[in-house]
This record gives sequence, C-alpha cells and structure tokens, in this order.
Amino acid sequence: MIIPKLALRNMLGAGIKTWLNAAVLSMAFVTIIGAQGLYRGWDADISRIMTAAEYGGGQYWVKGFDPYDPFTLQDAHAAVPPALTERVEAGKATALLYVPATIYPGGRIRSVVLKGIEPGQKALEFPSSALAGSGAELPALIGNRMAKAAGLAKGDTVTARWRDARGSYDARDLTIVEVMRTSVQSIDEGQIWMPLQTLRKMAGMPGEATMVTLAKDIPAPGAIPGWDFKGLDLLLKDIRDLIAAKQIGGSIVYVILMFLAMLAVFDTQLLSIWRRRKEIGTMMAMGVTRGRAVALFTLEGGLNGVFAALLGAVWGIPLLAYFAKHGMTFTSEQADSFGMAVDKGIFPVYGAGLVLGTTFLVFAVTLIVSYLPARKISRLKATDALRGRMS
Amino acid sequence: MENGMLIKTTDLTKVYPMGGQSITALDKVNLSFAKGEFAGLVGPSGSGKTTLLNILGSLDVPTRGSAEVLGEKIETLTHRKAAELRNHHIGFIFQTFNLLPVYTVYENVEFPLLLLGMAPAARRRAVLAALEWVHLSDRARSRPAQLSGGQCQRVAIARAVVKKPDLVLADEPTANLDAENSHHILHTMADINRDLGTTFLFSTHDDKVISHLRRKITLIDGRVAKDEPGPAAEKRP
Repeated sequence: MIIPKLALRNMLGAGIKTWLNAAVLSMAFVTIIGAQGLYRGWDADISRIMTAAEYGGGQYWVKGFDPYDPFTLQDAHAAVPPALTERVEAGKATALLYVPATIYPGGRIRSVVLKGIEPGQKALEFPSSALAGSGAELPALIGNRMAKAAGLAKGDTVTARWRDARGSYDARDLTIVEVMRTSVQSIDEGQIWMPLQTLRKMAGMPGEATMVTLAKDIPAPGAIPGWDFKGLDLLLKDIRDLIAAKQIGGSIVYVILMFLAMLAVFDTQLLSIWRRRKEIGTMMAMGVTRGRAVALFTLEGGLNGVFAALLGAVWGIPLLAYFAKHGMTFTSEQADSFGMAVDKGIFPVYGAGLVLGTTFLVFAVTLIVSYLPARKISRLKATDALRGRMS
Repeated sequence: MENGMLIKTTDLTKVYPMGGQSITALDKVNLSFAKGEFAGLVGPSGSGKTTLLNILGSLDVPTRGSAEVLGEKIETLTHRKAAELRNHHIGFIFQTFNLLPVYTVYENVEFPLLLLGMAPAARRRAVLAALEWVHLSDRARSRPAQLSGGQCQRVAIARAVVKKPDLVLADEPTANLDAENSHHILHTMADINRDLGTTFLFSTHDDKVISHLRRKITLIDGRVAKDEPGPAAEKRP
C-alpha cells in the first residue's frame, strides 16, 4: 500500500499542476460520456417517435413491396386479408395504400407517393384526423418539409397525376387541408396523405392496401399468404445502423479529445521524470527499488484519471443531469441536418455501464500513457539521478 | 568480517569509461571502518571521495576488488538487495539536501520509515523523536521551500537517522551552509553519533567538518594518501 499512498501524496503535493491535468482529462471524460449518452438517447428517442408515427408494432407488407425500389410501388397492392381486416376494424391496426404519382406545384414536376390512411385510425400517432370533415373533394395532408420543398401551404390546390390499377392515367386537383409539423422525415418528404377510401377509389383498388401497420404492442397474427411481416428490429435496423455510423463519426471527436488529454498526461509525466530525476535518485538512495519507482510514477500518472473522474463528477454530473432532464434542443433545420428523425430535443441516456466503462477506459489509458515515460526509470542509475542526469 | 567492523574494502577499484578512455576514480583502496566511527574522506575534487561513498552506500559497484558493508559484498548484490541494504541500514545526507519538495518536513522524515513498513504509531514516535534531535519539531508542517538551508540540512539529517541506521554517509553536508549552520549540524551529527552509536562517514573539503572528525582519510587521485586520527580523535563517543 506504500506506493499508492506515496503516489497520492505526490499528486496532491503537486497542487495546481495535478488539477490542471485532471481538468483537461475531465473534459475528455465528460465529453465521452455525454456524447455516448446523446447517441443512446437519440437511439431511444428515434425508436420511440418512429414507432409511434410510422412503424407501430410492426408492419405487414404486400409481397413484392420494396420501399427502396419505386418500380415495385405500382403493383404493390392487394386486398387486405381477413386476419388483418379484423384488427383494422378493431382499431388495432391501420391499412395504408401507396400509389406513385407526380404533382405540378408552381409549374414544376415532382414525384411523390400518394398514401392512403383511414382518417379515424388510432393505431398510429399520426394526425390523419385532419383529413376528415374538411369539405374538400380530394383532401390532402402534407408535412412541413414537403410543404416547403413544393411551395405548398394549407388551402392550396395542386394537380396530381397517377396511374390506376388498370394502367390508365388520371389527374385531379388535390386540396391541402393541413400541413403537419413532424420530426419524422419518412412520413413527410415526397409524400401526400389522403383518406384511404378516397385513394382506393382514385386508384381503382377497392379494399386494397400496400401495408397494414399494427398498433404498438399488438402481436402479429402470424404468417399470412401474400404478405410479409416486418418486425420492429428490421424496420429500425437502418436507423440504428445510421446512428451507429454517426456514433463512429462522433467517436473521432472524442478520440482526438482523449488523445490531447493523454498527450498532456504523457508530457507532464515525461517532464516530471526529467525534472524530478534528483528526487528519484534520492528515493533510490533511501531504498526505493527501480521497479517501485516505475510503479510510483505510473500510478501517479494513473491518478490523473481518478482525479479527472472526481473533477468530472463535480461539474459533469450537474451538466449531464441537466441535459438528461431538459434534453438538447435543435431547430428544425438543425434536426433535418442529422438526416433522420429528431424530436424537439434529444434526451441523453447514461447507464451505469457507460459511466463505469468510460471510467475504466480513461484510467487504463492514463496508466498506459504514464507507464511509457516511467519505463525510463528502470534504466536509471541512482548515482546519475543524484547528479541530475538521465542515464 | 572481523568483529566490530562495519565496512571493509579490499583493493577497491572503480574505473569509468569516458569516451574512448578510462578514468580511474578509485585505485586499490583498502580501508576498514568500525561501528561508531566519525570519519571523513578529504581530498581535492576528483579524488574519488563521492565515488567511494556511492559504492559503500551500494549505489554503485566496484569495477574490481571488493567492498563489504555490514557483511554484504556490494559487488554481488542485486538491485533489490542493494535497495534493501540501503533501506534498512544506511542513511544518506547530500550536499544539496535532496528533500522531496512536495512533502512536508514530517513527511520527508517519515519517508524511509514508510519504505520499511513501520506501523503508523511507531512511525509517528520515531519521526517526532528525529525532529526533536534536530530541533525542528515546530517546523513539522512546513515544506522545504519554507526553510532555510541550515534547516533543510537538519531535516535531511533527521531523515537519514530516523530509522536508526548503522551507517550514515554524508557527501559534503556543509558545502551549501554558512559557518553558523555548519557548526549546528556538525554538533547535531556528533550528538547522534554519541547517543545512538551511528557510524558517520563524510566526504568533505570543509575545515569545519574536518575539525570534528575523529579519523581523517586523505584521498588523492583515487588512492588513500593518508589515514590518520582527526582533530577530534580524543573525543570518544
């Protein structure tokens, strides 16, 4: 126990130098936890809002439907099977019909997908009720991004052209009855929402749908011929992969921070050994072995990690707790720049594993960084050290 | 080793390589020191005084010959054994005091006892007693930077003797001190030699130190030129 005691005594005795290092390291420490917590919070948040607004408890896709292949859209419709109709009628699911179309806002052409949804549905947290009772013949609901991109506003009309089930083209004016504010780009950009029955009639697809989305926590009724079930794990996979990719990108920042902090520790240790070589010689004269001297200096450096954790706790806990409670807010432009759904703010999530893991990582890396210069001592001759030389 | 002998060197030789040449710092030195001696190595700079102290303190090893300290042959000791010998039996006093700057006076004196693994209560008693010997009990909480040179050297003496070693090696202990402080610390060391029976071996040019020696060994060019009773030879402990 003598080495930890001496290391602690040396570090505390060094005063401001110790705390400056600890301050730099604590910034890296809190940033790592903060950034990781932010990504975790984002993951949790995005899963929640995507589930509520779009994915529900999972989706049945008509066979052949591929959301990433627009050529499959034209034929991606079929009659809703009885097992799903039951659930739709019970309010435990909602049917959606997708029809590819083009609109001509302001004389420009724009590809969109007309999406039919039941205005009275309760399966999704989606403002479909805006489609009911407007009095418009062909009411349409769009998101704020779509409105901005197409230059449309509530009350505007826009000409839409689509091909029906028999392959005939038709064109009508749609009335924008509402512009919804949503943080979920995938129900907004390039999409026009209409009452399901209206769209079915327009497309000549009575009783048909492209997909049926189950309400949250409603179990899937099992395999249905002609339809493929897509669970939440699969539906959220792309988003989670995207977060993971962003996490890796973000980690570069804290690797740089960590590197700078470690450089400070390394530099301090190197200078400390150089400046204290006479002290090392004196310790050796008093009976400290080279091994113990290496251990002492390594541990002294390692204590930077401990002090950084303590200092980080002092200023980091209130700061991180504040963000966990109030979230990190973004303007809609900032949120859109993330490339995926961000609600009004991200509420970071910090787990014990994250904090302990980061503490261990910082301490281990600090120990290694401290050991590297301390190895010099193992080659140091006491007589040289006492004269202030490095052998 | 003969009865009562603490140190014995036989044809002790130390050669340092210097560029392509060799410098002989000690040349066949044959000396013996008994327990309780208050002896000094005198001679001009480069005569081998510090080299001899370093070897006797197991900080260095001879190139040829033998140095036996407390029954241990220095030339055969491993680093760990040498550290153990210093830790248990040898105290050092340096010209530049070499106090640990971030420690208080108390912690500096306590340091060798921590290495020995002494129990806290016994350690505290020993540190306070050592500070009492050097009349620095009231400065226990001060740091070296807050002390005068003389006080620093007294702390160094307390640190060297706190574990009651068999041997204290003092390398030019008064070189950085004024006459009054030199006088005080020499008296302190003489008192400790008398009261505890600790053997003191100095390297010095300082006439004030020489005047306190009971044995004076003159080294010239690494050889023992003279080994004679010192000015204080009649003062037996």
